[in-house]
Amino acid sequence: MSITSRVKKVLTGNHATAYAVMQARVDVIPAYPITPQTTIVEKLDEFIENGLLDASMIRVESEHSAMAAAIGASAAGARTYTATSSHGLLYMYENLWWAANARLPIVATFVTRAIGPPWNIWSDHQDIFTLRDTGWILFMAKNAQEAYDLTIQAFKIAENPNIRLPVGVGYDGFYTSHTSEPVEMLSQDEVDSFLPDKRAIKPLLDPEHPYTIGNLPDASFNFLIRKNMWSSMESSLDYIRKVGYEYYLLTGRNYGDLVDKYRTDDAETIFVSIGAMANEGIVAVDKLRARGVKVGHMALRLLRPFPTAEVLDVLDGADRVIVFSRALSMGKGGVLFTELADLAYRYHLDIDVYDVVVGLSGVEVVDNDFIKIFRDVSEGVFDNKETIFLLGGKYV
Amino acid sequence: MSKVLYPISKPGPGAVGKTSTWRWQKPVIDLNKCTKCGLCWLYCPEPAFDIDAEGYPVVKYDWCKGCGICYEECPVDAIEMVSEE
Repeated sequence: MSITSRVKKVLTGNHATAYAVMQARVDVIPAYPITPQTTIVEKLDEFIENGLLDASMIRVESEHSAMAAAIGASAAGARTYTATSSHGLLYMYENLWWAANARLPIVATFVTRAIGPPWNIWSDHQDIFTLRDTGWILFMAKNAQEAYDLTIQAFKIAENPNIRLPVGVGYDGFYTSHTSEPVEMLSQDEVDSFLPDKRAIKPLLDPEHPYTIGNLPDASFNFLIRKNMWSSMESSLDYIRKVGYEYYLLTGRNYGDLVDKYRTDDAETIFVSIGAMANEGIVAVDKLRARGVKVGHMALRLLRPFPTAEVLDVLDGADRVIVFSRALSMGKGGVLFTELADLAYRYHLDIDVYDVVVGLSGVEVVDNDFIKIFRDVSEGVFDNKETIFLLGGKYV
Repeated sequence: MSKVLYPISKPGPGAVGKTSTWRWQKPVIDLNKCTKCGLCWLYCPEPAFDIDAEGYPVVKYDWCKGCGICYEECPVDAIEMVSEE
């Protein structure tokens, strides 16, 4: 039944997302199943069958076609949604770039999962980080509530006529996608008034004003297209903050700060992580604080555009950052590490940045991993020139 | 905020210059055989055909790439492909 008043339900991350998409009243959902994403679109199909959502579910033959259909639907002005994971995301890859360059306000969920071979369905972040440079605005939720909240906000951000970039909401496969937890949902009326009128989406495909999309321009126009996306990305930060604070006023859950800060104010050491393992980092902070150690945790909830001002604000006063990456750039280091190291250089921060790779291929990351690294870094076991690999409490 | 730049263009002749230089053969129409059916105009992928006031097809040689589709489609063999090499 439709949600007439605010309600708290016990939901998996995937079902929380499906509810948000239903409440956003999307028009078109082209989708292809892949674990651990599948239960999102299954739930959406159920909503359509039960008459709760008036949308077209397009059953395509592949993820490449799913994004191609999403491009067509969005270019025609429809509010469009899809979801994928891992190999599905990679099969979709070409069209994910296409959607961004064509400035189509598609919203998608990327339920993170490792990439094979060997075959693996568990979570790591290699798949979503392949989108780093595409032009998609990227969020990474740490629990089901954030998945719900960010999905609602995603439509508003994507469809802003001065932004017009696709928005992806990521979260960890199984840890978040299939784990049930209490999720507070807005009423349908609240969502309706929070989101813009979907009929205001500017169609690129318009029989009255025929255009060719993506025709061959000269090279400098292509350069300017990418530069223009950069400018929109940069200026979108202000709007993402605004939407986040509006949502804060509505729900009491603060998204306007862009980064998720935990006891960072007087922290000398700051853990940085994303997604589900951030919850473990937060537990570790509490345990270390109980021993009188000044540590804090920052979850980078927004990956692109990078929230530089907020991150600098958190790092101010700290002398050490330990970055936990669940994705590895072969021959370079942890993917998340490079983001923070770059900042330390550009802004001449007097701060040591440590590179820790954990949880690849879904290996569990627990609070004791954070504590162990903290202890060993403090004792000088590692310097910040090396990439540290921690698997199940042991260095490998 | 800056204005969004879309990768869209209005169709117009010669966006990438005169494509006639791509050609090594050209279609020549025998108007005595032509029945004004318009299939050459319809099938031309450029389009490099106009229809004149009397209904006859006219090849726009500045844009014709010499692909020969009109020659293949003409039901009365009124089009001949003439080598330009």
